[in-house]
Amino acid sequence: MSRAQVRTHLDESVDVGVKEYYFTGGEPFLNPEMVPILIDSLEYGPATVLTNGTVLKERWLEQLAAAEEASCYSLEFRISIDGFCAEQNDPIRGEGTFDRAMEGVALLNEFGFLPIVTAARSWRLEEEERVVDAFLDRLRAAGCQRPRLKILPMLRLGAEETRSSPYAASDRVTRTMLEGYDTSQFICEHSRIVSDRGVHVCPILLEMPDSLLGAKLGDADKSFALKHGACLTCYQHGAICSNPSAGYRAPSSSESTE
Amino acid sequence: MSIAATRVALLGGIYSNYLALQVALRQIREAGVDAIYCLGDLGAFGPYPDRVFPLLQQYDVQSIQGNYDHSVGHALDDCRCGYTDPRDNHYAQKSYDYTLENTSSAGRTLLRGLPEEIQFEMGRHRVLLCHGSPTKVNEFLWESTTSTHYLNVMLNELGVDCLCATHTGIKWSRHLNDDKCFVNVGVLGRPENDGQTCVWYAILSEHGERPLEIQFVPVAYDFQRLTREMASEGLPEEFQETIMTGWWTTCLESLPAKERKRGRF
Repeated sequence: MSRAQVRTHLDESVDVGVKEYYFTGGEPFLNPEMVPILIDSLEYGPATVLTNGTVLKERWLEQLAAAEEASCYSLEFRISIDGFCAEQNDPIRGEGTFDRAMEGVALLNEFGFLPIVTAARSWRLEEEERVVDAFLDRLRAAGCQRPRLKILPMLRLGAEETRSSPYAASDRVTRTMLEGYDTSQFICEHSRIVSDRGVHVCPILLEMPDSLLGAKLGDADKSFALKHGACLTCYQHGAICSNPSAGYRAPSSSESTE
Repeated sequence: MSIAATRVALLGGIYSNYLALQVALRQIREAGVDAIYCLGDLGAFGPYPDRVFPLLQQYDVQSIQGNYDHSVGHALDDCRCGYTDPRDNHYAQKSYDYTLENTSSAGRTLLRGLPEEIQFEMGRHRVLLCHGSPTKVNEFLWESTTSTHYLNVMLNELGVDCLCATHTGIKWSRHLNDDKCFVNVGVLGRPENDGQTCVWYAILSEHGERPLEIQFVPVAYDFQRLTREMASEGLPEEFQETIMTGWWTTCLESLPAKERKRGRF
């Protein structure tokens, strides 16, 4: 989307009462207007950009640091990777992308940002403590004295369908499972995603034909049937797309079907 | 609830810090107010949770139910603080297990019976007190991640002129459209990650046709005694360090970028 298109949606968001703005892609910084788009957004509210961290330029970060300083709102950088080492990440993201992402993290720290490194869980749960501790050490060694992490569940969509397995027809949220469940943990309960095609229900289901809810934010405030396999992952893990500061409680083990 | 008031004191999370509460209530009595409210989370973090209840009774403080109060009152398995990070949750669980174990049955009954919100009028202003937000008890309304239009729309839908909350642990306020306002009253339970040992509450005053006046008041108290008592109760050293230094050492991952950068860790 162009800066002008984004500005139109930002204007629409005022009447709807949007709390915060997230920018994702593809790689958002391949959009030549991404820096002014983020600067515009900070006039409206808090902004978060999800990037692979490999294309960041110093002059962009200088402008963005100044914009955040002048705003009362936070600008969050989320660096997306698919594992906490090159051996885990590069087979999925491409040769050399892990090291380049780490260079991006270090660069963001130099400019005063505290990026949230976001990784899909590509390790076994019982290995988590060891894997996370090793990665935190690596981040500190790279100059990040206050490393921030967000670990996402692996969604069995796109390329992951062939790497592991696609969702089975039985991998669905049922009516019974929703009894007594805090539905505010579903992203679709409180968020929408805007693309050049219109307003969609959630970033995970963007490519699904039924995800498009309307042309404007004001048209897209309708309920959505939780009929996709990915809805089950959202049910099991909660808050999978929002920042930790949004504060949506992750389900306790008793609420997880894993 | 509907009462008329021109000056009220608003206490945020007490987190069992009965020493700060004692000082704050004395200050408030001397200053003179029409009513004192607490916005919930009476226990947590500090020692001897039962020492808070008699003080609230003595000073006729009306409280609403925070997420902690709901959890302790119903003996749930965790505090429902809303953290998503494992380290934040690890320390939250230590604090919660201690508080649940050391809250009397009478205290738990009181917590279970607290209202979710209180509404009253101050002159022409309708004031709503909640814990996290009116829609979600554990929603974080941080200054740097809450857009102004989010609050404008929320207050319009609720039909109120002033919304007050706590839960995040850091005070802030914002003037909104049509003389409306939002106040996060801060907390009495622990310092607010700025390197100062004092804690804070808020005074809300009504002055006729003017917007409501919001005043944040610092509370200096015997934090060294609180730290000693936390140590003797076996509460984590990390919690004691926060009380002694004014810097947060836990719950850090829930902080947005701006609030995190202001801290030491």
